[in-house]
Amino acid sequence: MARRKPKLAVWKFSSCDGCQLSLLDCEDELLAVAESVEIAYFLEATRVEIAGPYDLSLVEGSIGTPHDAQRIKEIRRKSKRLVTIGACATAGGIQALRNFRDVDGFIRAVYARPDYIDTLATSTAIQDHVTVDFELRGCPIDKGQLLEVLNAFLNGRRPVVPPHSQCLDCKLHGNVCIMVADGTPCLGPVTQAGCGALCPAHARGCYGCFGPKETPNTAALAKQLAALGCDARTIAESFRSFNANAKAFREEGDRWEAPAKQGLKP
Amino acid sequence: MKRTVQESGVSHQRRAVIERDAVQALIDALGAEGYAVIGPRRRDGAIVYDPLTDAADLPWGWIDEQEGGRYRLHRDDRGAAFGHVVGPQSWKKYLYPPRQTLWTGRREGGGFTVETPQGPPPRYAFLGVRGCELAAIAVQDRVFGVVRHDGRSVGQQQYTDSGYAARRAAAFIVAVNCGRAAGTCFCDSIGTGPQAGPGYDLCLTELIGDGRHEFLVEAGSDRGAVLLDRLPARHAEGADLEAAAAVTEAARAGMGRRMEPDVAGLLARNLEHPRWDEVAGRCLSCANCTMVCPTCFCTTVEDTTDLTGDHVERWRRWDSCFTVDFSYIHGGSIRQGGASRYRQWMTHKLSSWYEQFGTSGCTGCGRCITWCPVGIDITEEARAIRASEGGASDGAD
Repeated sequence: MARRKPKLAVWKFSSCDGCQLSLLDCEDELLAVAESVEIAYFLEATRVEIAGPYDLSLVEGSIGTPHDAQRIKEIRRKSKRLVTIGACATAGGIQALRNFRDVDGFIRAVYARPDYIDTLATSTAIQDHVTVDFELRGCPIDKGQLLEVLNAFLNGRRPVVPPHSQCLDCKLHGNVCIMVADGTPCLGPVTQAGCGALCPAHARGCYGCFGPKETPNTAALAKQLAALGCDARTIAESFRSFNANAKAFREEGDRWEAPAKQGLKP
Repeated sequence: MKRTVQESGVSHQRRAVIERDAVQALIDALGAEGYAVIGPRRRDGAIVYDPLTDAADLPWGWIDEQEGGRYRLHRDDRGAAFGHVVGPQSWKKYLYPPRQTLWTGRREGGGFTVETPQGPPPRYAFLGVRGCELAAIAVQDRVFGVVRHDGRSVGQQQYTDSGYAARRAAAFIVAVNCGRAAGTCFCDSIGTGPQAGPGYDLCLTELIGDGRHEFLVEAGSDRGAVLLDRLPARHAEGADLEAAAAVTEAARAGMGRRMEPDVAGLLARNLEHPRWDEVAGRCLSCANCTMVCPTCFCTTVEDTTDLTGDHVERWRRWDSCFTVDFSYIHGGSIRQGGASRYRQWMTHKLSSWYEQFGTSGCTGCGRCITWCPVGIDITEEARAIRASEGGASDGAD
């Protein structure tokens, strides 16, 4: 007797859709994925909606509105496993930059009818609202890692998604360290691997798309960035990107932001 | 098939001098023997170890400037092929690759089959192995059970890593005596260089000056002597040997750093020391030092499956004592913070390695200093701990 196919749902919150599209980007593997799971809810792929409960929910996007905060609780209730995908879902995304500013000011400046806008003052990760079984990092996520998460789920094992630094992957790939050999500022030493060490392989510093690695020493790296000639504003802004609201990056950004405003070094 | 001097009946010269242009003949001769020649090449602002087929691939006229957390290449008008020192990679990339398949499995009916990788090992010829690197290969020979040793694993069963052993046995080593040292080099104080050996098949010393650009070539094995015989060469005179001695002497004189003497005992009696917390404030626990180290050998095991679960693979990949997962056992990781991770690495490398393998794990190449993004210096850490002991003299243990 054939196994019942697990029901897969893909949900979107405040996000650009790029991460869920990574699933459709799995071109060579897409048929195998479709054969292995029943795609029960995935609006980017099909209008068919099959009611829950779901065996696996992939959740993209951050919580940015009161409605989001309610909806994620319902999704959690009807999901056996809930995996968040991408920097929005795991850290609040680029839109979490508003957490550091006056949201009402933005609304008044941007919208003709501010009273139409119903938003939270912050953009936060899914795990700040409900229990999450696994977080898949990245802006966007790596499709190989997404397949690994699906593989692990279907085969009842832990995903191989190590939380070590980008540097380790650079060395596995044979990349020459651009920070040491060129003096290029790079967030690799405090950033979790997962993208395949893309930017350093193309002579660009790591932007930190995959968020903080395990036990990141952001203060030591920031000091080195200053030694390489970065001013306080550049250092603050380097931590204020897709994972700005991830704890380690948020705190390091905070440390450099006040001095940056005064044009000083902390 | 192993050929020896006696079997071949030819009186092989163990030492000769070749012209600059004969490096191509050396590469060709190795290629003709079926070796894939790996050597130094300039790529992405550094000298890396990549396949090469042409002598022009070598980084003629490029030298490296190295300091803690800093590496830069510069043109040098001497035009040496081996004027650089060591770069971010080591030969372990080839002898002990970053990722290796241990086995693959396939579900068949009610059971499964397991296959291990088969086939002959790659035959590498390493061109440009420095003294510190030759010593590092010798260290890994002990670690992987190719060479017996008097570390504490003797008396227990000695296991041999068959993959490493096969690649190692197949490898041909062309060493190079260093003519200059980088700011982060300290092989002289460890005793592994700048003169290479033993353990090479051939050893080159680049002789430049007075209008000449030649190499003294010394054979260290029978197969090295056989290969040397095939190169267009002249006899090595006394003056050549003197010039070669001056080359390594120049490297010795330019040695940028030195390791504390009797560092094994020093660290063993300072496992509790405020310096561990101090260095943890600077350490990124990014694992770069262990990745570039030519003797660090730690790995983890990763399993992959396909979506159906019908096909599985087990991989071994380089890991590091600087990752939190590395010390994970049931209930959590033993080494949560930077202090315990740095201490683990440094005390293993310089101290407990002796107990385990009967040798130091450090060969003084300086890579961990250069390629640390924040320039943490293992010799400076040792010196700081020594200094804290006040008047303690060298070898107080």
